[in-house]
Amino acid sequence: MPNPSVSIEPPAFGQTLRRDVWWVQPLAVFLGFSAFIVYSTWAALQGAHYWFDGNGADYVSPFYSPEIFGNSPHALFGPKPGWWPAWLIFSPAFFVLWVPAGFRFTCYYYRGAYYKAFSADPLNCAVGEGRKTYLGEQYFPFLLQNAHRYFLYLALAFIFLLGHDAWKALWFKDAAGVAHFGVGIGTLVLAVNVVLLAGYTCGCHSLRHLIGGFRDKLSKSPCSSCYNAVSCLNRRHMLWAWVSLFWVGFSDVYVRLCSMGIWHDVRLF
Amino acid sequence: MKTVTFRIWRGETDGGKLVDYTTEISDGMVVLDVVHKIQATQANDLACRWNCKAGKCGSCSAEINGVPKLMCMTRLDQIPIEQPVTITPMKAFPIVRDLVTDVSWNFRVKKQIKPFKPCAPQGEDGAWRMMQEDVERVQEFRKCIECFLCQDVCHVLRDHNKHEEFIGPRFLVYTAALEMHPLDTEDRLPELKQAHGIGYCNITKCCTKVCPEHITITDNAIIPLKERVVDEFYDPLGWLWKLLRKKD
Repeated sequence: MPNPSVSIEPPAFGQTLRRDVWWVQPLAVFLGFSAFIVYSTWAALQGAHYWFDGNGADYVSPFYSPEIFGNSPHALFGPKPGWWPAWLIFSPAFFVLWVPAGFRFTCYYYRGAYYKAFSADPLNCAVGEGRKTYLGEQYFPFLLQNAHRYFLYLALAFIFLLGHDAWKALWFKDAAGVAHFGVGIGTLVLAVNVVLLAGYTCGCHSLRHLIGGFRDKLSKSPCSSCYNAVSCLNRRHMLWAWVSLFWVGFSDVYVRLCSMGIWHDVRLF
Repeated sequence: MKTVTFRIWRGETDGGKLVDYTTEISDGMVVLDVVHKIQATQANDLACRWNCKAGKCGSCSAEINGVPKLMCMTRLDQIPIEQPVTITPMKAFPIVRDLVTDVSWNFRVKKQIKPFKPCAPQGEDGAWRMMQEDVERVQEFRKCIECFLCQDVCHVLRDHNKHEEFIGPRFLVYTAALEMHPLDTEDRLPELKQAHGIGYCNITKCCTKVCPEHITITDNAIIPLKERVVDEFYDPLGWLWKLLRKKD
């Protein structure tokens, strides 16, 4: 689009005539994301206290589920594999966390939020960037954000896997090893986690497209009500994103502190 | 009556400055009323573009206290008036004079987007028929009044001056209205990917926030178009799926 008549002097970094507290939102996002990244990295590196079996319970942290290799009874393929390099720290979370991390990193909501909060691109609406070059998502590396739908496929599978964990948290073993139906605080924590993650994942923009949005004639879609349901969740995607992020972190905290004996799980019935 | 100071940008293509005007305001006034009052009483040569005074023509776009808004839809009781109220022209477009900018670039861009190309009429009577459900999605995009506030706030145009590589949110909405139309048969995805630069949008949703017609620009127009571009150019599994379905 040749346009010689348009040549605008770029504003300096942070330059704006806005009078509101425009810096609060990117700062809150920066602090919120940073806190989660620091905690989740620390929790992933621990490799311990990620399951709780006290009082017959069977809780596993969502940061470590599904456990591919590990030391807990939940490990699908046994302990740390022999091919794992000796010099590299091992944690069962390494096999898991890249999926939700990739899904959230490439999420359309998070992209907009962390571009503002972490790379000031822009700091906020109508606030100067002061940057000379800009590639956006048109070129590498952020061109890779287009892989979001692949992370979506995996994230949808994780909903079922975490749902299975919540189901297992409904069964408590007695002294004889017989499982009885019950509900503890941990059961509720893990169940709410699945609901919130499902609300976030099922409101994904890519899912909205794949489930019917790609059609010009929505009436021809075999499941137009599915499209409407995803659109409904999508309207509150930001809210689902934050609440589910907080709760998945809290679920790990809960299982970890119970496992360490700092918190005591209460069985409701 | 209260007395309020308005700090209005005055100047032409070669530069300008903010000039203070103090005037009395009354209940129910909007910013455009104040500009007209100042024009009538203090600065007869103050240039400003306006037409309907009802938020439907999209002419009186400006930046009020740094936020892109329609002057005719910004009531004085919605903005802080204790300090001088700043009124500046849209930053993403060249100045003509005072609050008037040259938005002709937008009209040139619009001409470059492939127009509506309907399919053959389905009925024997030569009529096209559409389901209400199918047209509802694109109806939202047709609310656009072309005020270009979304173009103004978009940092790709405003800060990075990518007018030659990116068509901006207004024309992504326009393209979405055509591309998602149930009767349209044209393919605009190659242009969206390259010449129209949809990848430059990094989804900050500023366009959605300033839209006076409350069009959900990012979620309902830009992201669905980005997903269509992914379908076409970045999804090998999708290509395989389409290939297998064709063979069936």
